[in-house]
Amino acid sequence: MLSKRIIPCLDVRDGKLTKGVKFKGNIDIGDPVAVAKQYYDEGADEIVFYDITASSDRRAIMIDVVRRVAETIFIPFSVGGGIRTVDDMRQVILAGAEKISVNSPAVVNPSIISEGARAFGSQCVVLGMDVKKVPPSRTIPSGYEIVINGGRKYTGIDALWWAKEGQRLGAGEICLNSIDADGTQDGYELDLTALISTNVQIPVIASGGAGKPEHLFDVLTKGCADAALIASIVHYRTYTITELKTSLNNQGVKTRMQW
Amino acid sequence: MIAIIDYRAGNLTSVARALDNLKEPYRITADAKVLEEADRIIFPGVGAAGDAMANLKKNHLDRLIRRFVADGKPMLGICLGTQIIFEYSEENDTACLGIAPGAVKRFPEGLQDQGRPLKIPHMGWNAVAMQRAHPVFAGLPEGAEFYFVHSYYPAPSDHDWAVGWTDYGIRFCSAIARKNLVAVQFHPEKSGRPGLQLLANFCRWGGCDAE
Repeated sequence: MLSKRIIPCLDVRDGKLTKGVKFKGNIDIGDPVAVAKQYYDEGADEIVFYDITASSDRRAIMIDVVRRVAETIFIPFSVGGGIRTVDDMRQVILAGAEKISVNSPAVVNPSIISEGARAFGSQCVVLGMDVKKVPPSRTIPSGYEIVINGGRKYTGIDALWWAKEGQRLGAGEICLNSIDADGTQDGYELDLTALISTNVQIPVIASGGAGKPEHLFDVLTKGCADAALIASIVHYRTYTITELKTSLNNQGVKTRMQW
Repeated sequence: MIAIIDYRAGNLTSVARALDNLKEPYRITADAKVLEEADRIIFPGVGAAGDAMANLKKNHLDRLIRRFVADGKPMLGICLGTQIIFEYSEENDTACLGIAPGAVKRFPEGLQDQGRPLKIPHMGWNAVAMQRAHPVFAGLPEGAEFYFVHSYYPAPSDHDWAVGWTDYGIRFCSAIARKNLVAVQFHPEKSGRPGLQLLANFCRWGGCDAE
């Protein structure tokens, strides 16, 4: 039977690791390649790199990080952030990433999803969605709205509609991030995750809010997520990935335990 | 030297990086001469069967691959490379190489596990239950899992070709082996240490089924 995936997310700026809380107050906590290797050794099923480098002339630093990661770990990894064109995607894929995550640029220009899927296959294209809870309305019937630019800009797009549209355009997977839960370590946004995951055919990675092993258990059961993204909970060594996976297995959620 | 067949079916970087890690020399090539000189062949691939088969034919690689298999050169199929080895794929209604007997089928809609609907593609880590021992699968830890991403699965019409099986709503053949041919539906190059072990085994394998 398919295992539930546990996926650490590394925020990278100018080639260095950071972890933001609610996208503010980022601090440096190390070398992304060394940390990726450590997580690989501890049983990470996949790794996500999110490039928050602001200036485009420093993008080459990230490509170099991707290349060194690809030489070091032998599990799938994805790269998101700052990818606006199929050519950006190609650079990152040729450097060795399996998957590309597109977030704000896909909202602005949805054809990047279909063009990326046509060029590299759907399995390469992850639709990243940043979502905030809002009062349900005629334009946002689900009560969850897509926000972009690091959570600063409301788009007027309903999250459930966008998930289905992303799937139709050819995304192979969805990485669903709750801005409300991100960095709180109070648990994933379970209702949102279940709503999206049960309404699309493609796998959904839940993101934002992991602070305890129970949070992962909840989102992988009640939340119907196929995978759980984690950050602070492992970056600050509150738990190791091995401990989290062992705890899930002991509670009957199958995770990969041989690596 | 190992040749990785380049037929414009997806990114070959990860297979190359895994062989770098194992310190195995390789060439990524579509050149018949280089392929002839290679001791062994890796036939990878990501993408759709229709385009992949068209590209193979255009470069006359279809006949070459059939001949290598017939000549006894060790060959490893990966993912789409494995599917293309069969007679037919439901994906794009494609006539394939016809080396292995049987077809490649799409996962049926409505697959369930304990009442929960299963998603397509089958994406992530899953176990391979061995039907019999094989030198390319030697030394793998009990319960080792491998990374899969696919919507179609191999269905050999002769079960003697199957060497490993995987459960995803249905039980499908995830590894085949016959004489000098081994082919897997998962990605050993992305399956951590068990995957690297499988690739290392292949690099040392003489091409005999029961070594």
